[in-house]
Amino acid sequence: MEPRPPPSPQPTAAVAAWRRWKSRAMSLTMGLCTLAVMAPLFFVLYFLLREGASALDWNFFTQLPKPTGETGGGMANALVGTMVLLTMAGLIGVPVGVLGGIYLAEYGSDRVNRLIRFWADVLNGVPSIVWGMVVYALLVVPFKTFSAYAGGAALGLMMIPLVMRTTEEVLILVPQSYREAGLALGIARWKIVTVIVMKTALKGIVTGVLVAFARVAGETAPLLFTALGNNFWNRNLAEPIAAMPLQIFAYAISPYDDWHRQAWAGALALMVLILGLNLFVRLVSRDRAKS
Amino acid sequence: MTVTLATSFSTAAQPAPPGGPIPPAAPGEPAAFDIRGFSLWYGTRQALHDVNITVPARRVTAIIGPSGCGKSTFLRALNRLHELTPGTRITGSLHLFGEDLYGPGVDPVVVRRRVGMVFQKSNPFPTMSIGENVLVGLRLNGVRDRNFLQERLEESLRLAALWDEVKDVLHRPGTSLSGGQQQRLCIARALAVQPEVLLMDEPCSALDPLATAKIEELIQILRERYTVVIVTHNMQQAARCSDRTAFFYMGKLIEYADTRDIFTKPANPQTEAYVSGRFG
Amino acid sequence: MSKPISESTPPAQRPVRRWPDVSFRLVALLAALSVVALIVLVGWELYSGSRLAVAKFGPGFLVHSRWDPVSDEYGALPFIAGTLVSSLIALVIAVPLGVATALFLTEMAPVRLRQPVITVIELLAAVPSVIFGLWGIFVMIPFLRDHVFPVMQSVLGFLPFFRGPIYGVSMLAGGLIVAIMILPIITSVSREILRSVPNLQREAAYALGATHWEVIRIAVLSYARRGLFGAAVLGLGRALGETMAVTMVIGNRPDISLSLFAPGYTLASVIANEFAEATSDLYLNSLFELGLVLVVLTIAVNALAQLMLRTLAGPGTGKVN
Repeated sequence: MEPRPPPSPQPTAAVAAWRRWKSRAMSLTMGLCTLAVMAPLFFVLYFLLREGASALDWNFFTQLPKPTGETGGGMANALVGTMVLLTMAGLIGVPVGVLGGIYLAEYGSDRVNRLIRFWADVLNGVPSIVWGMVVYALLVVPFKTFSAYAGGAALGLMMIPLVMRTTEEVLILVPQSYREAGLALGIARWKIVTVIVMKTALKGIVTGVLVAFARVAGETAPLLFTALGNNFWNRNLAEPIAAMPLQIFAYAISPYDDWHRQAWAGALALMVLILGLNLFVRLVSRDRAKS
Repeated sequence: MTVTLATSFSTAAQPAPPGGPIPPAAPGEPAAFDIRGFSLWYGTRQALHDVNITVPARRVTAIIGPSGCGKSTFLRALNRLHELTPGTRITGSLHLFGEDLYGPGVDPVVVRRRVGMVFQKSNPFPTMSIGENVLVGLRLNGVRDRNFLQERLEESLRLAALWDEVKDVLHRPGTSLSGGQQQRLCIARALAVQPEVLLMDEPCSALDPLATAKIEELIQILRERYTVVIVTHNMQQAARCSDRTAFFYMGKLIEYADTRDIFTKPANPQTEAYVSGRFG
Repeated sequence: MSKPISESTPPAQRPVRRWPDVSFRLVALLAALSVVALIVLVGWELYSGSRLAVAKFGPGFLVHSRWDPVSDEYGALPFIAGTLVSSLIALVIAVPLGVATALFLTEMAPVRLRQPVITVIELLAAVPSVIFGLWGIFVMIPFLRDHVFPVMQSVLGFLPFFRGPIYGVSMLAGGLIVAIMILPIITSVSREILRSVPNLQREAAYALGATHWEVIRIAVLSYARRGLFGAAVLGLGRALGETMAVTMVIGNRPDISLSLFAPGYTLASVIANEFAEATSDLYLNSLFELGLVLVVLTIAVNALAQLMLRTLAGPGTGKVN
């Protein structure tokens, strides 16, 4: 018979209690950290509503900004400008991004894909202000004018890697069996991709596109020296155009109280647009998760 | 039944395949697939070893064998669907009614129009109605004639013994049907493009016995006008509904004979062990 | 039953053509390659835009601290320092908070609570930079100036970092606002990392009689350490390039000061403020060179983070077909 091992030392009751207490304290700390992380959203929303709601009147949506010193006026031109810029951005970012995502999901070899994914992720990390500089050099300097085109291009280029990655991700989720079924029917590959696979993944692709729109809709930095901003209506896309974020920025750093009020109102409107897009996307994708 | 697919193709010149003369098929049975010295690799792993087989037209040929024996790979090679997997490579020859399916310039898309396939798990397209599912192959291949489409829709669904069950709900999503119905819908979808051969990859493995019986019944009807090749792990199913049976093991064709013979007097001891349930 | 297939109407299918398939694939490939083209474009424009400054100042540009458009002399040091310091402040605040939140969400929170919290944090990520800036100017700065900074100074004033006059706009405020902005990404990446810790790890620790916290410390944190580091690096990548909110609260003064209460300036902010009004070629070129420095920094940090997080997740998901 082997000698019986000595009994392991039993922790005393005090040590056990201390360990339990410590564990609870850490749980509480982490819960508090979580609250602290969530808090800024509520603070921001609270002040947006408190400061912005009162200035968000009919004039805000229908009038042009008033010249310095006069009170009143609105941001109608900036609202329309943001929509114009987003449309132009979509014309660049959506087709290129979706097609690129299709290539990654449906055609590319592993090696090429890894490379493209890597660079797409790197592009996603390029600071937005840099896109402004690049498009400035590309479109503003040669044409000698700030323009809506340049602003739309800056946002559009930013959208490409965003849309590409989300499109790829949802296409990969389409079961391979659908592609095989299509191929076994003697359908050409590109039709399988565009009609069967894309249709199956359409919701996901649209979701990704909307998220990309929400992301660039609030961008200010890339517009600073491309779209520039404009206190009047833009009648020619080759000229500067107003945008919500630009207007908010200009008003926020101005010395006038009335403009601060307008800045809050603009911020509230922009936030509603962006949160609305995000919540809509969430609702849609929750339906998908359920079905 | 006078005109058959097989005879309409038998007039095509039969090129002499490499590797010696073709052993004659059973008398009175025109050959659909004629396969000589066929090997297939996934990368460096060889999945099929020197397979020689003649699949008769308008008969049901069952492929049996333990899982991983290469039977599914073999089936997918018949319509070049294995090419989806990168890094595959083949040697040998594979002729369908005398035409080399792997010949230079042969488009796999054309091959797949001639050789239809039904999969293990039913896979109707989720975004399409029952009717759209049946007609998708024709529509995407450029058929616009409404009368023709309507005709094909009904004919395919009738052939798949599904018409009476769905004729009033053709607009409902394909995925709203029961499992067995979905599988028959997939069969109708494959038949709609009028292939010459129908491949079935364990079409009943996800179905309950009743639905399985229906599919097996259907196979007996299809056999009158189609060449059917069915992979199954269910030996009773092979015995019930096939005319000839091929037994694959470790990527090799071990034995190929009339189904009756395979199950009653197999020539090869491995076949005997498998069909008597001693392994696999 | 119907007539035999071979006798029915001849199939009117269109003959197979190769070119649509080939051209579709080509177009998709070009779209995918656009990301490479964009990288080249960014590199080229910044390089060619900054040639004058590079030729004039050479590597000294990076270490000179004088930024004077009037005498056309430019040095990047205050901005590089400001960018690094504000980003580090942000990391010091955001990493512990983000990791703690991720731990709370994966290890402790009741399941029903998780999704709402995650949603709130994701919505926080959607708030535009300029709105944080606006909030920073009118809410955060006055609060910090009147209630927080004086207390910090009286408690921590023995350290050089917390001395000097309090303006409100400051390096510390800039770091704080960046911290808020990078919290969502740090939290969500940390959460992914923690979720990938195998349950076996946790169970093994529980089997030893460990308390909940000990399980987290022994099994979870030690297993996830490398991934969490990757999450922090990713957060750093974001912090370096933050522009609008920082510009609005950091004070925009190109001085280097030990005090975190003093105003600072970052690479992105100086570009945002001065680019449109750069009068001389050399001025504009110098700003482009700042952009080049910023891009090189962020790309290097992001690439590092990608590598750290990717090797962790194993080889890429790869193509399904």
